[in-house]
Amino acid sequence: MSTLVGPRPGPPLPWLRPWFERAGRPLARVLGRDWGRALVWAASFVPAVYLAWQLWLAFQGEPNDLGREPVKGLEHATGEQSIRFLLITLAVTPVRQLTGWNWLAKYRRVFGLVMFAYATAHLVTYAALDLELNLGDLAREIVKRPYLVVGFAGWLVLVPLAVTSTTGWIRRLGGRRWNALHRFTYLVVVLGMVHYWMSQKKDHTEPVMWGLAFVAVFAWRWWRRTPAAPASVEQPAVV
Amino acid sequence: MLIRRAPDLTAADITPESRFLDRRRFLREAGLLGVGATGIVASLGAGLGVTGLDACTSGDATPAGPPAPDRVTAYDDATGYNNYYEFGTDKDDPKTNAGALRTRPWSVAVEGLVARPAVYQLDDLFRGMTPAEHVYRHRCVEAWSMVIPWLGYPLGDVLRRLQPQPAARFVEFTTLLDPAQMPGQRSSVLPWPYIEALRLDEAMHPLTLLATGMYGKVLPNQNGAPLRLVVPWKYGFKGAKAIVKIRLTDRQPQTTWNAAASDEYGFYANVNPAVDHPRWTQAKERRVGEFRRRATLPFNGYADQVASLYAGMDLVRNF
Repeated sequence: MSTLVGPRPGPPLPWLRPWFERAGRPLARVLGRDWGRALVWAASFVPAVYLAWQLWLAFQGEPNDLGREPVKGLEHATGEQSIRFLLITLAVTPVRQLTGWNWLAKYRRVFGLVMFAYATAHLVTYAALDLELNLGDLAREIVKRPYLVVGFAGWLVLVPLAVTSTTGWIRRLGGRRWNALHRFTYLVVVLGMVHYWMSQKKDHTEPVMWGLAFVAVFAWRWWRRTPAAPASVEQPAVV
Repeated sequence: MLIRRAPDLTAADITPESRFLDRRRFLREAGLLGVGATGIVASLGAGLGVTGLDACTSGDATPAGPPAPDRVTAYDDATGYNNYYEFGTDKDDPKTNAGALRTRPWSVAVEGLVARPAVYQLDDLFRGMTPAEHVYRHRCVEAWSMVIPWLGYPLGDVLRRLQPQPAARFVEFTTLLDPAQMPGQRSSVLPWPYIEALRLDEAMHPLTLLATGMYGKVLPNQNGAPLRLVVPWKYGFKGAKAIVKIRLTDRQPQTTWNAAASDEYGFYANVNPAVDHPRWTQAKERRVGEFRRRATLPFNGYADQVASLYAGMDLVRNF
């Protein structure tokens, strides 16, 4: 038996399958349900609530966890949450393939939308708190700073993806076209990482760590890609 | 060490001199024009004009009212939020990692175009001099700022005793190189040792300090103990910390941040709201402890004292 034959590779690490199956059953009972998803959805926004509370403290001049420059702290925190949820979104499929937990598929939308929410909060923080909603400054700054151009472009790409994330839009576009559109997520990864890298002063350790994590996810996706159908002459030899 | 508070330098001195002069100008012009309402309005307009902001920034960045008052930054903020890459690149790294630095005994090598080159013990460098308190605005190139009461000596007084040779045109400062004590130097994030430099006339300016203390205490390690440079009209990175060498030279030295990113950090690094950093505007700053941003002043508010040093110079090219 060879994993190279057939429309799709077989399950990776098959000896782990029984373990994943056993561990997956109780998880599926909670996370595989609608209310389980609602729970995860709500939990994803716990950091947002916490950040909002810290921002309120900072605004009042109270001690807070956003640091000596609270607005910068909030920018970093929302930016990092965006990158984190982007990675989680892209990791859903590899983890599903590894574990066979197919109920994870619905979490792509959950995490993708959470990521969009944090990315929007990131942009709003910059516009409303850093530039204090001076729209002239906003336009000037976004055009003048290459890393802002890249970051803003990334957010713009996210907008149609978020809008078409609903079941209605999947039906309207059809699976093939919807998939093609949502491959723009990869472009968001590139723009997001370039934006992150360029915004660092000198120490690029963190963007490099995140970059490596994305590389790992993409390497998996490339490894698990659907191979081209083998030539028919070889078919009998392998079977 | 006896620390005397100079009676002539108090927190009130950090009010920009231009604001102070406004008062006299106002009285003079009001007198000339009569005490009519027209006169008052005209002189108020003229008074706001000399704050100098509009000379350097686009009109819409000019604040409508007088600059917000400067209050001394909390000691905890000034000692817990530092850029000092020798101890790590995060702002709280210096406080965490600088504690073990041995600052005594400490010697400073004085080299180059100077009549009395030697290796001086720190105390010998200032023998017979009295440290005084100077409250300065401190503006980081990253667009945050503080107000720090430094204790120190005018660099010019020290240099005069060392007697620069007539050919000397620049003063170079070198920070300690010791990866065993400075863990950040084990990373190649910057070329070590850290080197900063001033033109000789900038170094001789009475605002320029060699600081050994702040907030009435000995300088904390994370703030550059035992000896650091303070140049209040320049971005903070010009202030070399833990200085072990002072060299006078006739050529402009290659400074560290300028070598690392010459398009972002110039040799002069004068605080200038009209010249942006490539990645952010320098027109505004966030004062640590305040929520909203405030306007950045040309030469950090010391234009009256130092602008003449750069008369006729293109400050956009020589950023």
